[in-house]
Amino acid sequence: MEAYISLFVKAVFIENLALSFFLGMCTFLAVSKKISTAMGLGIAVMVVQTLTVPANQFIYQTLLKEDALAWIGVTGVDLSFLSLLSCIGMIAAIVQILEMILDKFFPALYQALGIFLPLITVNCAILAGSLFMIERDYNFGESVVYGIGSGFGWALAITVMAGVREKLKYSDIPAALQGLGITFITAGLMSLGFMAFSGIQL
Amino acid sequence: MDKETKKVLFEPLVDNNPITLQVLGVCSALAVTSQMSTSLIMALALTSVTACSSAAISAVREHIPSSIRIIVQMIIIASLVIVVDQLLKAFAFDVSKKLSVFVGLIITNCIVMGRAEAYAMKNPPLQSFVDGIGNGLGYSLILVIVALFRETLGSGKLLGFDVLPLVKDGGWYVPNGMMLLPPSAFFIIGLIIWGFRTWKPKQVEHNEFKIMSIAHGEGGHH
Repeated sequence: MEAYISLFVKAVFIENLALSFFLGMCTFLAVSKKISTAMGLGIAVMVVQTLTVPANQFIYQTLLKEDALAWIGVTGVDLSFLSLLSCIGMIAAIVQILEMILDKFFPALYQALGIFLPLITVNCAILAGSLFMIERDYNFGESVVYGIGSGFGWALAITVMAGVREKLKYSDIPAALQGLGITFITAGLMSLGFMAFSGIQL
Repeated sequence: MDKETKKVLFEPLVDNNPITLQVLGVCSALAVTSQMSTSLIMALALTSVTACSSAAISAVREHIPSSIRIIVQMIIIASLVIVVDQLLKAFAFDVSKKLSVFVGLIITNCIVMGRAEAYAMKNPPLQSFVDGIGNGLGYSLILVIVALFRETLGSGKLLGFDVLPLVKDGGWYVPNGMMLLPPSAFFIIGLIIWGFRTWKPKQVEHNEFKIMSIAHGEGGHH
């Protein structure tokens, strides 16, 4: 249990996908103008991340890893080069299914998240979550915790960023730095803040 | 080289740079730039994937039903990335270890998808190929500039050569450790954007609010 808690804290703060690995930056910079939309997107990312990381973990461990096919009597086969293709396929499929389920059973939530869901397929934070999981060889339990934690960390980062940007609108910024430039520098300062967590030993 | 090709090839360098203007492919631009060698490999990998995928997608663009085009594009891009990934593992294993997941992330790099959607779906293969190379070069330019600052100022070395002699080796330069950490990449790209936009004022974004002096009465509103 303790190992899971420290993995969660690590995924949220120390190895924050947005601020220490710069993942999902395109959407992070594009959709962080308002707190409400940023939060909606953050929640959507968290849900998708929680589903895709364990699903990819399961596929990787039972089908693709070296000698993983031993359970049907095939040994010496290493399909791990296919993991990129299977991960992105899985993510696209889950996003699509989630969209259909939400549309059918939770129309209110679908209305709220609708426009963000398709965007998530090409959000690199999602794919990176699965690839990190493969690289670090997490087991199923760890992958669930890592999925929730990394998704939550990303959601936290984008919401905070949107909060800062809402205030930033009223500040007097040099013309050429306006918009994207100052957003980058703000993100840098936030990332510097998150660096403070990196000394924590868990 | 005719004028049109030249324009397609060189416009993305400054005038329509994928990172500083189109805000595409930012993630990897920030993450791999703490060393020049990894940035060069990454730039090369991304440029070749963008060029090849644009050409391939453009070649089959008439046959892709628009409802499933994203999936078709994804598959083409993912297959090319797998090829690049395997090549790197075979011939440059150390660099591929350092790049870790970022080679795989070329799949979701918005430059590749963005050029496929915006250009390759509407133009013939050869032009799309050139457009892919052009945007790859624009990306590479930013990557190289950022890596130049980060590696030189952060460790006093560039590609393994001593540029600034370090204090601990009897020189005069005290390395700035922050340059090797993630936040510095944000600052440098922010400053590059500032520089580009001062040079090309057309790219400046205008604020939705204007700060007025109190004498003029009501302040900023939409």
